Amino acid sequence: MAQVTGLTALATEEARPPRRSRTRKRESFPVWRWVILVLAGVYFLIPLIAAFRFAGISAFGSVISQPGFTSALGLSARLAVIATVITIALMLPTAVYVHLRLPKLRRLLEGITILPIVIPPVVLIVGVLQIAPGFLKSTPYLLALEYVVLAMPFAYRAIDAGLRALDLKTITEAASSLGAGWSTTLLRVILPNLSTALLSATVLTVALVLGEFTMASLDLYQTFPVWIYVNSQSSGQVSVAASLLALIVTWLVLMVITMIGTRRSRRTGGGSVTLFTAARQETRGD
Amino acid sequence: MSTNTARSAAVDVDAGQISHRDGTSVRLHDLSRHFGATRALDGLSIELAPGELVALLGPSGCGKTTALRIVAGFETATAGSVLIDGKDISSVPAARRDMGMVFQSYSLFPNMSALDNVGFGLRMRKLDASTRRAKAAALLEMVGLGPQARQYPHQLSGGQQQRVALARALVIEPRVLLLDEPLSALDAKVRLQLREQIRTLQQQLGTTTLFVTHDQEEALSIADRVGVMRQGKLEQIAAPDELYTEPATAFVAEFVGVMNRIPGELQGSGTVAVLGGAVPVKGDAAAALDGEKSVDVLVRPEGLKMELVEGGNGIVTTRTFLGSVTRVGVLLDGDVAVHVDKSSAEAASLAPGTSVSVTLPPEAVHVAPRRAPAS
Repeated sequence: MAQVTGLTALATEEARPPRRSRTRKRESFPVWRWVILVLAGVYFLIPLIAAFRFAGISAFGSVISQPGFTSALGLSARLAVIATVITIALMLPTAVYVHLRLPKLRRLLEGITILPIVIPPVVLIVGVLQIAPGFLKSTPYLLALEYVVLAMPFAYRAIDAGLRALDLKTITEAASSLGAGWSTTLLRVILPNLSTALLSATVLTVALVLGEFTMASLDLYQTFPVWIYVNSQSSGQVSVAASLLALIVTWLVLMVITMIGTRRSRRTGGGSVTLFTAARQETRGD
Repeated sequence: MSTNTARSAAVDVDAGQISHRDGTSVRLHDLSRHFGATRALDGLSIELAPGELVALLGPSGCGKTTALRIVAGFETATAGSVLIDGKDISSVPAARRDMGMVFQSYSLFPNMSALDNVGFGLRMRKLDASTRRAKAAALLEMVGLGPQARQYPHQLSGGQQQRVALARALVIEPRVLLLDEPLSALDAKVRLQLREQIRTLQQQLGTTTLFVTHDQEEALSIADRVGVMRQGKLEQIAAPDELYTEPATAFVAEFVGVMNRIPGELQGSGTVAVLGGAVPVKGDAAAALDGEKSVDVLVRPEGLKMELVEGGNGIVTTRTFLGSVTRVGVLLDGDVAVHVDKSSAEAASLAPGTSVSVTLPPEAVHVAPRRAPAS
């Protein structure tokens, strides 16, 4: 019995430090933060609940059978994949090259990549139309090119933050001194260490494409957001149900990407996937 | 701990996994590197004998790292060449130079475990997985990190990371080992341990090594020969004791070890008047000083004689106990502060405020241009 008591005491001893730290955490999270959190929560949740009540459960069932639903969702999904692939294929080598060889141009590139945010969508569309290859001009995949431009500020920043957290020059030189050529260094050393940043870029691009309305409607292509808008004209309830469905699906996709990325990068100390990942590699002290 | 490491190293070497090599000769021939108008390297020539460890020592910006990076293939020389075993490798890319390098900043690949980091170079050499793992594990044992093989860089301390980096550089059995201030990011105790480990391993494996550092103690304690650099040029290259006792130039004399500056006046016939006497000057100082007569005489703390004399030319100000010797601070007439080393037994009677007489033995000294007294 005495032994059992002893063990319990030991267990209590061991359990104490985390409990204490939890208390400290609570102290550093004061009341006003909870207030802001609750207010923000209410702000986001009330419209969702209202929309859900307005649509009614039966509307969710009829969404899928609506004409154009599958093709619109499919188009948006395909555009998301294409835009993400092109964005990363363009941005990754550019960012790596600038970091390694032209560090002085980093500022300039940052400035250029921010432009799509300040330039109106119409101008971007006209610009893309000017340079797009002819066979693309009459297909909805033209939108993918427009989305690449639109995603550039976010994707570049995510990759740039990842590169900054990495001592790119040193690890590249280390790989080189060990006999690795340029492509091996990129594939085996740089890319795996940027997985968190690339996932952030992917998450941002996918979210952007799945929610983009202006460009698609100006180009007269029925992506999922456009389909929702068009349908709202005929059946309000169905279109609200579709919006909610889109929200949930997008949210789930992003959660899955984030969870996979975080689990992978935690193993190697890369931290969690955030919008602009800049988790530095922390080293235990000596 | 270090005994353990040494023992396991011996075992692995005996097992034939990592073998002692005969060493490679390295020759830096008249290397120059210009960045616009700045000359980072200005006609540097050094030869490393097979298995030798040469340290390049100098203040920051003296060109030592540039020299190392040219040898590694990360930078190109404006003029001159690097010869390995007599062959010019200037046009060989870094990846094919077969040189192991340890960097100043932590350079491990964050996505790979310690074992995979060490095995990376072997993978590039197309060794099969089992050989790779065995060799990498053996090297990790040698640096005392066998138990940490599965850990990722972020789980290791700075010292451990540098040891993995050392193992990674050595496992490929490089022709030359290049060390670019590998200890400067570490704290004093770890630095000392790793320094000894580098030297032990280097001698066991017989790898010709070029070690760049700005820390003179590090250079003097680890290297077979030390090259002191200044403004892209080699001032002197010599064994550590020779560098200390027979410095070739005033810069080397002052850069290596502690040095006193005592004002003196150059006289004809190659002597300098200082502390009430005259001593010969080393080298052709008068020409180098451009006719300037007022100079500073450079003398080491152990090179000054000091006696307890009432009404002497100096007063004891401080005493610093350094073990068997005590460094005594003396303020000489004319506001000149010097340090004099005395055996700790003798220094016991030299309390601050004591009057002493400081003189120079009649041995040749280095002189340097007079430095304005610090205000």
